[in-house]
Amino acid sequence: MSAPLLSLRNVSKTFAVGNREVRALEDVSLDVKAGECMAVVGESGSGKSTMANLVLGIYPPSAGEILFNGEALPQRRAKLHRRQIQLVQQNPLSSLNPKRSIGASLRLALDVHDIGARVERNDMVRALLEEVRLPADFASRPPSALSGGQRQRVAIARALACQSELVILDEPTSALDVLVQARVLRLLGDLRPRRGLTYVFITHDLSVVRNIADSVAVFERGRVVEAGQMLQIFENPQHPYTRNLIGAVPVITREELALRASLSTENQA
Amino acid sequence: MKPPLLDIQDLKLGFKGWTGYIEVLHGISLSIGPGERVALVGESGSGKSVTARIVLGLLQSLRSSRIGGKLLFDGIDLEALSEAERHRLRGTRMSMIFQDPTSSLNPVYRIGTQFIEVLRRAAPGLPRQAALDRAAEILAEVAIAEPQRVLQSYPFQLSGGMNQRVMIAMALANEPDLLIADEPGTALDVTVQAQTLDLMRRLVDQHNTAVLFISHNLGVVREFADRVYVIYKGRIVEHGPTQALFDDPRHAYTRALMAAAPRLTGGGIPDIVEDSQAYLAPMQDHTTGEARP
Repeated sequence: MSAPLLSLRNVSKTFAVGNREVRALEDVSLDVKAGECMAVVGESGSGKSTMANLVLGIYPPSAGEILFNGEALPQRRAKLHRRQIQLVQQNPLSSLNPKRSIGASLRLALDVHDIGARVERNDMVRALLEEVRLPADFASRPPSALSGGQRQRVAIARALACQSELVILDEPTSALDVLVQARVLRLLGDLRPRRGLTYVFITHDLSVVRNIADSVAVFERGRVVEAGQMLQIFENPQHPYTRNLIGAVPVITREELALRASLSTENQA
Repeated sequence: MKPPLLDIQDLKLGFKGWTGYIEVLHGISLSIGPGERVALVGESGSGKSVTARIVLGLLQSLRSSRIGGKLLFDGIDLEALSEAERHRLRGTRMSMIFQDPTSSLNPVYRIGTQFIEVLRRAAPGLPRQAALDRAAEILAEVAIAEPQRVLQSYPFQLSGGMNQRVMIAMALANEPDLLIADEPGTALDVTVQAQTLDLMRRLVDQHNTAVLFISHNLGVVREFADRVYVIYKGRIVEHGPTQALFDDPRHAYTRALMAAAPRLTGGGIPDIVEDSQAYLAPMQDHTTGEARP
């Protein structure tokens, strides 16, 4: 049994909107084990991204604490933590600098965190591109010359460049076509054991979750309403909201239709 | 068999640019019967949205576009119509729902004002109060609990799901014969998307509206359409009744699309080739039972 890499202990976050208070997260406790892929599921406004931002240190929690490798993360993050926890966003076009070549963007990550000897860094950039299955000569191109799937690979390469331990993937494939999505998901699946990574995978697509996650946390209105092993959640969803989510997934095969129907009849029983 | 409501024959579209002529649709044939729900499935850049825009007549005015082929709507040759005649068809006999509801509503006018404009397309000079009453009725039909409050609101004061329902209500307000739905609900949450599709299905059944449903999501298509066309790089590669096509996909590209979609029953993510020569194979038609060159 591996120790948790990331723990949230009774974390709450309240935002002041005008003179009202909006509770984005309420008393959330979660453990993400080292090396696992935890899917964070929920609809927009359920608090998924607030949680990601708290872990990244973009703003502090209103209550509770966040532990990384067993130690409480301070609000002013040390450079070490900024390197170890990386983010891959939904839209890579807005997360890559349009004025900077792909190679320069990756090189900057190496420079900022002082990874590798200076003279070797350009070779490291090429190696990173190959690791995400892109041709090395893409280094000289701007993000605008790449397709959506290729840009997402660059964003993943940048997270790898930092020799990160925890990668937060915020809907990394929801803007991609289905064939491209399959290839990016395969890549992410291969990298995790090879690089010893831990994933927090934020998504609303439960059929993706079923195929990539080890564990699942279901968010509804800022609370975790159900959490556990992936199979357990899919075979025996406890919370009505989880059943609702599974029941709303558009499916393709007869087997999936049967499965979805069986989950919703249990719901009526 | 009834004549089709919309009949697209050998539609070609190209653009003249600085680098020469680029063809994006290489001869698309597609037909929709009255009251029928037909899906056009493909990836981004396959030509599905431009096909919809040509039907509405939104690309013809572009100076760089070159359009070939025939477009028949209820027996009328659309290309032979004047710009004014085409304009009269839009919003009355054919209407469209776009992907992102919030950006297709005007943010500086209240829903009520925009709704009046829609209703007056079919009934010019309809008095304001009568139009608002009619709008409230239609909003109630799309399961909006407080139509009066919604009519008083601006689009940004409503949720995405609510805006999508307003868009559906507006699109169906003048009881069109043909509704073109371009990825409705993809910008919404899964549960809201499922509700939106249910609602659309119920309404088009009630009013016997034909639908051209454009999507990249095979699951959504299976739930909604009677018949499916699969499009790849500007060519139709497979066509058939929904059930037949999903039970027995024949074209390499359709098979790849289905294999790539993650399954709710598990099984992992398959290794898929993004571009394959086999995807360019001739069309497979389930209705004629043969491959067409």
